[in-house]
Amino acid sequence: MPGIVFPKPDTDILARRAAIVAGLAARLAPECLIESKTERRAFETDALTAYRRLPLAVVLPRSSEELSAVTRFLHAEGVKIVARGAGTSLAGGAIPQEDAVVVGVGKLNRILEIDYANRTIKVEAGVTNLAISEAVAGDGFFYAPDPSSQLACTIAGNIAMNSGGAHCLKYGVTTNHVLGVKMVLVDGTVVEIGGGHLDAPGLDLLGLVVGSEGQLGIVTEATLRILRAAEDARPVLFGFPTSEQAGACVAAIIGAGIIPVAMEFMDKPAIEICEAFSHAGYPLDVGALLIMEVEGSAAEIDAELKRIVAISKEHGVATLRESKSAMETAAIWKGRKSAFGATGCVADYICMDGVIPTGRLPAVLRRVSEIVAARGLRVANVFHAGDGNLHPLILYDINNPDEQAKAEAAGAEILKLCVEVGGCLTGEHGVGIEKRELMPVQFSAADLAQQMRVRAVFDPGWLLNPAKVFPLEGRRDMAQVGRYDRIAL
Amino acid sequence: MAAHQAHRPFAVVGGGTRAGLGRPMEADTILSTRALTGITLYEPAELVIAARAGTPLADIEAALATNRQRLAFEPMDHRALYATNGAPTIGAVAACNISGPRRIQAGAARDHLLGLRFVNGRGEIIKSGGRVMKNVTGLDLVKLQCGAHGTLGVLVEATFKVLPEPETCGTLALRGFADEAAVAALSAALGSPYQVTGAAHLPAGIGAEEASTLLRLEGARASVEERCTALAKLLAPRGAAEKLGDVQADALWRSVRDAIPLAEPRQTAIWRLSVKPTDAPKIVAALSRQMKMRHFYDWGGGLIWLAVAEEHDAHAAQVRAALAGRGHATLVRAPAEIRAHADVFEPLSMPLLKITAGVKMSFDPDHMVNPGRMYAGI
Repeated sequence: MPGIVFPKPDTDILARRAAIVAGLAARLAPECLIESKTERRAFETDALTAYRRLPLAVVLPRSSEELSAVTRFLHAEGVKIVARGAGTSLAGGAIPQEDAVVVGVGKLNRILEIDYANRTIKVEAGVTNLAISEAVAGDGFFYAPDPSSQLACTIAGNIAMNSGGAHCLKYGVTTNHVLGVKMVLVDGTVVEIGGGHLDAPGLDLLGLVVGSEGQLGIVTEATLRILRAAEDARPVLFGFPTSEQAGACVAAIIGAGIIPVAMEFMDKPAIEICEAFSHAGYPLDVGALLIMEVEGSAAEIDAELKRIVAISKEHGVATLRESKSAMETAAIWKGRKSAFGATGCVADYICMDGVIPTGRLPAVLRRVSEIVAARGLRVANVFHAGDGNLHPLILYDINNPDEQAKAEAAGAEILKLCVEVGGCLTGEHGVGIEKRELMPVQFSAADLAQQMRVRAVFDPGWLLNPAKVFPLEGRRDMAQVGRYDRIAL
Repeated sequence: MAAHQAHRPFAVVGGGTRAGLGRPMEADTILSTRALTGITLYEPAELVIAARAGTPLADIEAALATNRQRLAFEPMDHRALYATNGAPTIGAVAACNISGPRRIQAGAARDHLLGLRFVNGRGEIIKSGGRVMKNVTGLDLVKLQCGAHGTLGVLVEATFKVLPEPETCGTLALRGFADEAAVAALSAALGSPYQVTGAAHLPAGIGAEEASTLLRLEGARASVEERCTALAKLLAPRGAAEKLGDVQADALWRSVRDAIPLAEPRQTAIWRLSVKPTDAPKIVAALSRQMKMRHFYDWGGGLIWLAVAEEHDAHAAQVRAALAGRGHATLVRAPAEIRAHADVFEPLSMPLLKITAGVKMSFDPDHMVNPGRMYAGI
């Protein structure tokens, strides 16, 4: 049977639903509160669609102040809160529970300030990732982290999960680009951390908040770095007879001191799925494909590509295709970025997100195939090779509980393998509910207890996204030390 | 653990070269990381190095140099500023989030620190992060430790991302600019597609008679040549750019990194202000009307180095009033008695101060490790 357990809903909260909803209604405009069963359905799951729970209610605040009033009320009532961006989490980070209120950032969607001289943009947290780049593209700038879901996903979710993307090999992930946030704490206190300058003062609370999966507070605004785009960028397709050769080529390029902007890997099943979906012109007669992008002036691109091509030839590259136009470039990236969607058209899938040292790529890819095949399932691999961030997509039938259990077991085994070879459980998707119970594979009890004590400083009552990240068993009552609301200074 | 049982708070010391950074500690025992040395992992092809906390930074840099790699965040060496002569350690770089001019482009130490092992104030060995480039598993305690100045535990081992050393580096200098014009030129350069990795301004009388506005480009030789020409052309309407020789440029960037222009005279207090670049000249102008001071800019103007007289608590009140919340100021150098009662680090809002105190308690409930280094009582 499918393995992810939800905590039992608090019957007292369920019994008080009408009063809680009335309390919310008193604090919000009617269009900011969703309480009918039909409309709540839209919020019962995210991109981990095999699991769903209908939330108590959904609120869509229009400002930090409105959210503050809501959280103050819910905190006083002891009601749990699950924050939600666009609901694109593959780890179940935004899946609610029956006794929780979902806080959506859908109405926090304004771009507040663009400052080219200082290379920053200030946005409300519900703005989508792509909208940020689009807002500054006309002036030659962009926002660097570019998760595949960037058309839909919000900066709120990006901050919660510390999202990456295809181009983070060169440019880094969300945490490297957030300069400041405005955040509502569990008791309604509004705090600002950092701002338009570099390195927020004091402890790096900003670094802690990014990637904290909605457990420390709800971010309502963010100040982000924007970068001037390179003069030009050119992706090139490298087809290899086998995955092993492609993997070895990745390690050799990085070892030679070349850091392309992106190094994306697809194995044969992934190539076939993506090509059928998006007609990007991917070669179908190869065992593995690398999309490598280099950028700069035309001369720089030529020079760097020459070195990359030479290395790829040493590793048996079979086909080589350079993008010759902006349209081709767009098609190449569209194919890659719609990989998950395209896979979804073929079968149901779960997407793993483990990271491994790049030197272990060939061996790990072989083991991944074996692990999945041993359970009679298929796997498609499409991932960020340059930083060792794997995304095996394990295909299964969601209506077949036995297959789902097998797929989940294979996924768990792959993640354990990632940790075993020196890597980690998740590189950019987050732990959510999906990998919660695997945390002891990577961390000792003391490591986890330290993290949970830090969590309890912000949310001593475990009301914020409470069923995520940490294993359900072994959560200690850590509210006795450090809770910020009880500290007298 | 033994110290914990004896309830004797202690100060953690690495090479001792940055002892003046932070508040004087409320501890009389010293814990040295001198015996914790050695590189424990170096995989050049995976761009990762790990070492025990007391390992001299020089050893790390020497190992990386054999593979033409480096720590891209360009950690500052504080020895000139503090007139110390020990060996800076990798542990201190991680604990104090020490970066340099390339911070604007490559990120800070915190952006390159992949993993840590540390002993918290409860005597437990904790690991966070790892050795791979991407990792969002659990709360990011690595970030929390980086820049905590040792107040959340004793770092034992640090793992950093490394990057290839570029083939070459080119520096352009524009001469005679006033502060405002200089920062505008730096902003224009940083907003260009030419990938500037250093952007500093030394006003007249700082290091040389004439003001110098410096821009650094790095990469393959042909690419650097091409971008230097293109950048000079972009800036031509503002003034002529001169390309400096490698030896002169290296020395200049080292001096910017280590704040050498302000190191002498010794009896001055040194501040480091992080602000929005375009606010910087205004803040400097406001301060210079109130006090005698010397200054220069790094990070495209976003980092102001300031030398003032030690009197009036190193002018702490005026410095922070001039900032008016538009950034933060750190009192990097001042006599211990001033650092004991003036705020060395930017005062925090009440909720953030409470969170900071709570975080300290979650790592170190008995205030054993570097007590009071950043904030009194924390």
